[in-house]
Amino acid sequence: MKQLKGIWALVLMLLISLALVGCNSSAGTDDEPAEDGDAAEETEATSGGQLVFARGGDSTSLDPAITTEGEAFRVTDNLYETLVNFGPQDTEIEPGLATDWTPSEDGLTHTLNLREGVKFHDGTDFNAEAVVFNFERWKAGDAEQFAYYTSQFGDKIDSVTAVDEYTVEFKLNAPIAPFYKNLAMSPFGIASPAALEEFGDDFFKNPVGTGPFKFKEWKENDRITIVKNEDYWQEGLPKLDEVIFTVIPENSARLNALATGEADLIDGVNFSDKATIESNPDLQVIERPSLNVGYLGLTSTRGPLKDKLVRQALNYAVNKEQIIDAFYAGAADPAVNPMPPVIAGYNPDVADYPYDPEKAKELLAEAGYPDGFEMELWAMPVARPYMPEGQKVAEALQKMFEAVGVKAKIVTYEWGTYLDKAAKGEADTFLLGWTGDNGDADNFLYVLLDQDSIGSNNYSYYQNAEVHELLLKAQASSDQAEREELYKQAQVIIKDDAPWIPLVHSTPLLAASKNVINFLPHPTGSDLLSSVEIKQ
Amino acid sequence: MFSYTIKRLLSLIPVLLGLTLIVFFMIRAIPGNPAQIILGQLATKEAVAELTKQLGLDQPWYTQFFQYLGGLFTGDLGESLRTKSPINEEIWPFLAATAELAFCAMIIAIVIGVNAGIISAWFQNSWFDYVAMILALIGVSMPIFWLGLMEQWVFAINLEWLPTSGRENVRAPIESITNFYILDTLIQGRMDQFWEVVKHLVMPSFALATIPMAIIARITRSTMLEVMKSDFIRTARAKGLRMFWVVYKHSLKNAIIPVLTIIGLQTGLLLGGAILTETIFSWPGIGRYIYDAINYRDYPVIQSGILIIAVIFVTINLIVDLLYAAIDPRIKYN
Repeated sequence: MKQLKGIWALVLMLLISLALVGCNSSAGTDDEPAEDGDAAEETEATSGGQLVFARGGDSTSLDPAITTEGEAFRVTDNLYETLVNFGPQDTEIEPGLATDWTPSEDGLTHTLNLREGVKFHDGTDFNAEAVVFNFERWKAGDAEQFAYYTSQFGDKIDSVTAVDEYTVEFKLNAPIAPFYKNLAMSPFGIASPAALEEFGDDFFKNPVGTGPFKFKEWKENDRITIVKNEDYWQEGLPKLDEVIFTVIPENSARLNALATGEADLIDGVNFSDKATIESNPDLQVIERPSLNVGYLGLTSTRGPLKDKLVRQALNYAVNKEQIIDAFYAGAADPAVNPMPPVIAGYNPDVADYPYDPEKAKELLAEAGYPDGFEMELWAMPVARPYMPEGQKVAEALQKMFEAVGVKAKIVTYEWGTYLDKAAKGEADTFLLGWTGDNGDADNFLYVLLDQDSIGSNNYSYYQNAEVHELLLKAQASSDQAEREELYKQAQVIIKDDAPWIPLVHSTPLLAASKNVINFLPHPTGSDLLSSVEIKQ
Repeated sequence: MFSYTIKRLLSLIPVLLGLTLIVFFMIRAIPGNPAQIILGQLATKEAVAELTKQLGLDQPWYTQFFQYLGGLFTGDLGESLRTKSPINEEIWPFLAATAELAFCAMIIAIVIGVNAGIISAWFQNSWFDYVAMILALIGVSMPIFWLGLMEQWVFAINLEWLPTSGRENVRAPIESITNFYILDTLIQGRMDQFWEVVKHLVMPSFALATIPMAIIARITRSTMLEVMKSDFIRTARAKGLRMFWVVYKHSLKNAIIPVLTIIGLQTGLLLGGAILTETIFSWPGIGRYIYDAINYRDYPVIQSGILIIAVIFVTINLIVDLLYAAIDPRIKYN
């Protein structure tokens, strides 16, 4: 009898708690329309306020020059400004700290006129001397310190001189075709010379630039707070008083924080969560314009993959649409070339290998593998916008290859190990991808597929003398039309050689509260927040 | 007692030395060059070689090891390869964050676990016993990842009682003094912020407490059952002593030793094993600090981080061993 009473008590408790849950959620829905109504009445957005931007990882440095990491640039882009800017949502060149610029005929001299009346956050003046100081600093350092400066400009900048207070002149010893696109990249934000001298090695924790926001606080692995620069040269900007970048490593937990209002804006949204967010009246999905490629590399120095026919056969075996529907919630386009179509020089005339398992089998037979062969298929252990679910994509590919007789064994390693081993050419086939830095074709084709990049980013060990020549020529030319033609030719050859199976150009997803307006995500991943507003 | 403590402390030296050596080799056995990872995918081979040299990673292993060891003896934990800051300074906020979380989790685990175990033993085979032991079984086998997300879904999103992540309300941050936020807010007399901190602690503490709570409950129950069958308990009851005192005084004191052992071990495990909880609840703790260091091959941070956790682990267990004697007069260390 006693025991029975106990069970009843338990059931009663459960019922009460269920009822409480019910009450609370219904109360929540009652409240919501009222709040929405208020917001709708107030059509005009008011400026000011605080934005909490939650992301997956912390910055490693607040000095953009000494890092290569996207999470670092996301913050520094709001603290520093570059001489020229990318467009709000593209990689076209617009005035930045320089108001106009003139390249010489031979592309070896560039004269930039600087904006007057701009001040660094420490009150010192921005002028030609400051620009020279920054470039001297990068030039004097080594690749170890300034990786991006070395890779984008190398030894090609001979001198940077201040012609007068607001004019700088760059003298190059060889033309750099994407010179202005390079200048617009986040690592080349201009820092205050006075602060660089004052803080020395600790500058990366004490950033001073000319940007719309000033640095306030950095609690490692937790949050970075930046506040409005009251003396910003652009009238009326920034709109926000404060931006707090917080770190929430787990994608689902980050979305939960957005749903409870602890965060206003989040990056790294799972494609599978897109529908859930869209069904929540308080939230919005924001799409970042695509500037990436996700691919399966076919290492052309290994086993049967040495044969072009085999690589082509594997290309015929893959149904990209199916992968996009299953793992990208449709937010991706099938990739044909190694770079996305928005980049100048993309060749739209290259036809993709259609999904044709029969043709794949024929080619395999022709190559001498009528019964297929065995190989390893490496699955990425980390999620990236171009490859949100490496393991599952690998399984799908495994099935598709099996249908044409190729047995793929899925293997994976911890991320650092994965890249290290792949760079040594130890993978037969591997999933990987790339997000562009500056929207130039060179940043995809040369970096990922030129023979010079073997050992670093040319993981598939692709080597073709003709492609190499075309890419070098395009790098040195200052005639944009000629460059585009060269890149188009290179893409035709690359398609035929099939060093990859280009899979997707995905659209990375962000999500925000409906109150966040005017947020324009940038394709490079470095988002300028100066015009973002919070609707009260 | 005193000489025993000294002996135990001395025996820690070879243990920690051995551990340092093992960790030193293990992290170097992972493929991946820190210089390459720090410089990123765009780096040239020359740059990587140069940084390798600058970081001293081209030196023979024994030079690197003895340099590190030499630093340890002077209290220098080394410098992070990635942030170039001294680890001594850098590690403290992370350690404090995890300590605060682990402390709360252990309080929950001990209070609930020990009492559930006692009551289960007291009313053996009652419905409480069954429910508690089934819950304990579920608790031990519950994936923390899933549990954490479920907690967030129920208590943050649906009930709107608790926040999902972090240690504080980032919109109104705390001025930290000690990095123990509970202490900080109390020192500053900010009760509003104190409650904010407590609210942030609830879900991660419970998530972290689940497994130790379940283990403690099961061990307490089984040792209590054994003790309660002994003659002295029957005598105590025959004497007419109230059941409550029989259970909580006479039985518990005799049953607590194995429970204490488990508590000691679990506390140590929590410090290093909080990584999953720290990830889901974005708690800026030591687990994530070391995890990130592994991803970056930040050798000094991995080494020193693991060493610190090991030191805490052995210290807690030493304290537990000493507590045996304090609680049970039959145990004497000579």
